[in-house]
This record gives sequence, C-alpha cells and structure tokens, in this order.
Amino acid sequence: MRTTANRLKVVAALALAALVTSGCERPPIDEVQGGYRGTAMVQMYNPRVVAAQAANNTVPVAQAAAAEGGPLAGTVYQNVQVLGGLSIGEFSRTMLAITEWVAPKEQGCAYCHEGANFADDAKYTKVVARKMLQMTQKINADWKPHVQATGVTCYTCHRGKPVPEYVWFKDVDNTAAGGLGNRAGQNQSTAAINGSSLPSDPFSPFLLGSEPIRFTGDSALPAGNRKSIKQAEWTFALMTHMSQGLGVNCTYCHNSRAFNDWSQSPPQRTTAYYGIRMARALNNEFMVPLTDVFPAHRKGPGGDVAKLNCATCHQGAYKPLYGASMLKDYVTALAAPVPPPVVAPPVEAPPAEGEAAPAATPAETSSTGDAPAGVKQPG
Amino acid sequence: MAMLSFERKYRVRGGTLLGGDLFDFWVGPFYVGFFGVTTAFFAALGTALIVYGASLGPTWNIWQISIAPPDLSYGLGIAPLAQGGLWQIITVCALGAFVSWALREVEICRKLGMGYHVPFAFSFAILAYFTLVVVRPVLLGAWGHGFPYGILSHLDWVSNTGYQYLHFHYNPAHMLAITFFFATTLALSLHGSLILSATNPRKGEPVKTAEHENTLFRDIIGYSIGALGIHRLGLFLALSAVFWSAVCIVISGPFWTHGWPQWWSWWLNLPVWG
Repeated sequence: MRTTANRLKVVAALALAALVTSGCERPPIDEVQGGYRGTAMVQMYNPRVVAAQAANNTVPVAQAAAAEGGPLAGTVYQNVQVLGGLSIGEFSRTMLAITEWVAPKEQGCAYCHEGANFADDAKYTKVVARKMLQMTQKINADWKPHVQATGVTCYTCHRGKPVPEYVWFKDVDNTAAGGLGNRAGQNQSTAAINGSSLPSDPFSPFLLGSEPIRFTGDSALPAGNRKSIKQAEWTFALMTHMSQGLGVNCTYCHNSRAFNDWSQSPPQRTTAYYGIRMARALNNEFMVPLTDVFPAHRKGPGGDVAKLNCATCHQGAYKPLYGASMLKDYVTALAAPVPPPVVAPPVEAPPAEGEAAPAATPAETSSTGDAPAGVKQPG
Repeated sequence: MAMLSFERKYRVRGGTLLGGDLFDFWVGPFYVGFFGVTTAFFAALGTALIVYGASLGPTWNIWQISIAPPDLSYGLGIAPLAQGGLWQIITVCALGAFVSWALREVEICRKLGMGYHVPFAFSFAILAYFTLVVVRPVLLGAWGHGFPYGILSHLDWVSNTGYQYLHFHYNPAHMLAITFFFATTLALSLHGSLILSATNPRKGEPVKTAEHENTLFRDIIGYSIGALGIHRLGLFLALSAVFWSAVCIVISGPFWTHGWPQWWSWWLNLPVWG
C-alpha cells in the first residue's frame, strides 16, 4: 500500500511538472535590439513560433496586369458605384483578386453576386463588400501616417476568409461568476488580452468611443489628481491587446521608465498613435453603419456588428504581412477613391433593388452618405 | 594595535584554502588571507574601471553614471572598451571580488570551527548576480542582455525587461520570489520586535527570557518555532527569495518569449472548469 501511494505521488508530481512546463519554450531565441545598449528595449522571438506564423504572412501572387485602355466598367456594367471609373480590364482583375482574397472557394463570385444578375444588390455580402472597398480606399488615401506607402488590401484582414479571423464584439454580460455583482469588465482572460485578468473589452471605450487613453497623472495625488489604477487597467488592457496583435512587447513603442514621455519613446509609438485613431474612425465610419446590413448570425451576442482592432490587420505581426505591399499591384483600384466615369452610366432602377433586398436599403443610404468627399455616386 | 579581550581567542592560524601561511595574517582587525588579496585586487580594478567608464560618459552625476553592456550584435564576443568592453571586464572583476569574498568567509569559518552558513547564504546572492549577467546572456546568445551598472540605469533595465513580458506579476517564479521576500521581512519584523521587547523591559523589570518569547507566540498563533528555529526559518525564507528571483529572470527570455499572462493558459485550459 505504502509503495502504491508513493508511486501515485511520483506520478502526480511528474504530471504536474509536465503540465507546468508544457507551455515553456527553449533557447535559441532571436532578439531584436530597439534602443541604446543596456536599456533592455529588446523584442524576443522564438524562431520556431515565427516559422509557424510565416505561412499566414505570405502574399498571394498578384493578378496579371490588365491591358491598357478599354471602356470604363461603369459604362459597361450596371450598378458599379465605387469602381465604375476603372477600365474594364482593371475592374475584372480587381474582382478576381477580391474573390481570391475573401470569397469561400466553393462559392466564388456567387458569395456576393446573384448568379443571374451581377448588378443586383440582393446579397448582404455585396453591400458589405462595397462599403469595405470604400474603407480600403479611405485607409490608403487618408491614413498614410499609419499605413505609409505599404497600404492595405482586402487580403490584409481577410487572408482568404470571408470573415477576418480577428474581430471583436462588445462585452455584454458584466456579471461576476456566481452572480456576485459587477466584475468591472475584468476576469475573462481572453486571448486578445494575453489571457490576463485585465478588462477584456478595452475596445468599446477606446476603439469605438474616444475615452482618454493616457492616464499618467501630472501632479501629486492630493492635489486634485483624479487618475486611478482602474483607469490604468483599461489602458493596460488596450496596450496588452496591441502587443498581442503585433507580436511585440511594451518596449516596441515605450521606454517603460516613462511610458508617457514622447521624447523617450521609439518612433513606432507615433505610428501606433495614428493606428488607434484609424481603428476608431473605421469602426465608427464603416463598421457601425453596416449593423443593419449583416444577418443576425454575423453579429455579436449584443447584436452589434463585428468591429476591427489592431489584430484584425496585424494578426500577430509587427507589420501586416511583414510589411510586404500588396497595394502596389492594385493602386488604380484601391489606393484612393476612383473618380467616376465622365459619361454617366445608364440609371439603375432603385425601387426594384429596394424590393429585392429590403435589408440592404438602410445601408445603401448610409453608404452613399459616407462616401469619401469628391466621389459622386453613380445611379 | 590593542585587541579586545576575546579577540585573541579568534586569531587562530590555519584553515586556509590557498596560500598556506603566506597570507595568514591580520591587518589591524582584518584577516587578510589569499582571498582577501584577490578581493582587494578585483574590487580596486573594477572600481577604477567604473570611474574610467564614467569619465568617458556624459555625466558625473552619481545617479546617472551608467556602464552599459555591449550591443546585442557583439553576441558572446568581446566588445571594444568604450562599446561595452568595460562592462565585460567590470563583470569579471565583480565576480572575482564576490567569489573571493565568499572564499575568504569560508577560510574564517574554518578558523573558527563553525559551519559554512554565512558563505552559503552569500553564495545565493552571487548566484543571482551570475544568473543575471552570465547565465541568461549566454542562454540568449549575447552579453548585451546583462544589466547596465548604474544606480538609475539598472532600474530602467529591470523595468523594460519586465515589460518585455507584458505583465511580470504573472511570472510564476516571480510570484514565489515576491512571496518569499515579503515573508522574510514579515518574519524578521516579528522576530526583531519580539527580541527588542524581551530585552528592553520597562524600568524596574528584569530582562525577559526565551520562555516569555515562546509564550507570546504560543498565545498569538498557537505555536513558537523557538530561538534556534526562527533563524533556520529566516535563512530558508531569505535564500528562497533570492533563488526564485534568479529563476524568474532566467526563464524570462530563454524559456518564455511571450507575455507572462499567456503562460497560464495551461491553467485556464484545465478540463475542470465548467
């Protein structure tokens, strides 16, 4: 009996040790120095983990370049609201690329288009896709402080999937386990915040609302300083998400001896500053207006639309796709809003459209209202 | 130089590890020994190099002087003096001085015929330093992972190294180390206040004995570890704190590159949660 008990103890101890060390890594480790020597401003990478992630960051082969000239898409096809100013060749290769980047393999064009009539807006996916094209153009034209000349395409977020892998919904249930009151948004340990107990939805206040992110007090506590640890936890959660989303640690953007001090921060912090504002603007200008377009199964538990955060594009890489530019092969279509064809296309019949897809009507309205300045919507 | 009445008893010949009788003498009240000489040599050279490094730097402000390790690009090679080479030599001097001091303590223990508790305890401090500036840098492949020698700069290094793992309080070994540090200070404060109380009775009362000390803790927590036991416990708590500190830093980087909160996913994924 004694021996059996001892054996059990040994087995239990070994099992516990195996469990505790199962998540651990091993040398060799790759490091990237980001600051003056000895400041520990260093990124740590496990080369085996990076190798496993590399496949997700390869760029698909670009569609063959379109022939010069040809009629404009908006003059040939009906109901081309965003890309009507493209030549027919450029328009076709853009559509082919989008199909490859976003649509499920087995559905192809039919994922967004009604088989018989490609001009029909009956499918919600087509209405969403139009809005997303406008969003892509807006990012590339107006958010250069964040995306630089690299730019984005549909693939940056979608990576061949109809719904980008990393999106977020509002945290609706704020009750602590066992109904023990309000958990203040904490203790959910989601992957987006590195499995910590910090607030699990730092996105609603910072990437949808515009609550102040910087909480460092500039005076001593008794002198009316209202900055609190609770505020710090929300900011910490957002920052943890940014680290997680970019596969970097805090020292990528901050010298932790003075998180708030711009003069001691690496230049990457400036890019990230614009990134936060970009995510916030895109959620409010493009995603929220689509709320009524999406069917219920695409929405969150609170009925809210899927929204984007840093991980949506970055997907664990310091630059999406390690900084490879896919935009350079699609500059005409995606770098900025495409000027509409000079010759007005034949006028569509909006009432028929409205009847075909009642759900799409509000979005159509808002889509027109939110169009980038200077773009006249045909039809 | 005059000696205290009991001092003659402790000035015993022999017990040296190296050098035989050659360095077996005292300078004033201080035992020299072979390792006393090497301690003085390494300490003097290292300090001189720190002053030289400071003279190359931008400031003489004592708080801001910093001798930084080489860039990571030098790997485990030797760097030019002004680009981290000084740090490398000073590290050798520091280890030379610390180890010499520990061995000098061993010689004194042998002279006095006592156990090696003091050098044993000091060797944990050396182990922690050795882990920081040798073991972890070697595992990561560059001396540049050592910490800079400066009053404020080494604190900045600690802060940034912690934030390389997003939230260092989730580091399990750091949790243990912190717990042991707090426990050792609590134990010391309980023990210290007890001894001060027992030996400083109010006017007119006699000094209290161990029986009083034991009774106090038996009354408060139902148990007294005793006069000898409290020192064993104190040593265990203090050395555990240092040991787990060394563990918590050596696993950060070589054996974990992500945020420490994420490490606990094995716990969150246990099949026992509903």
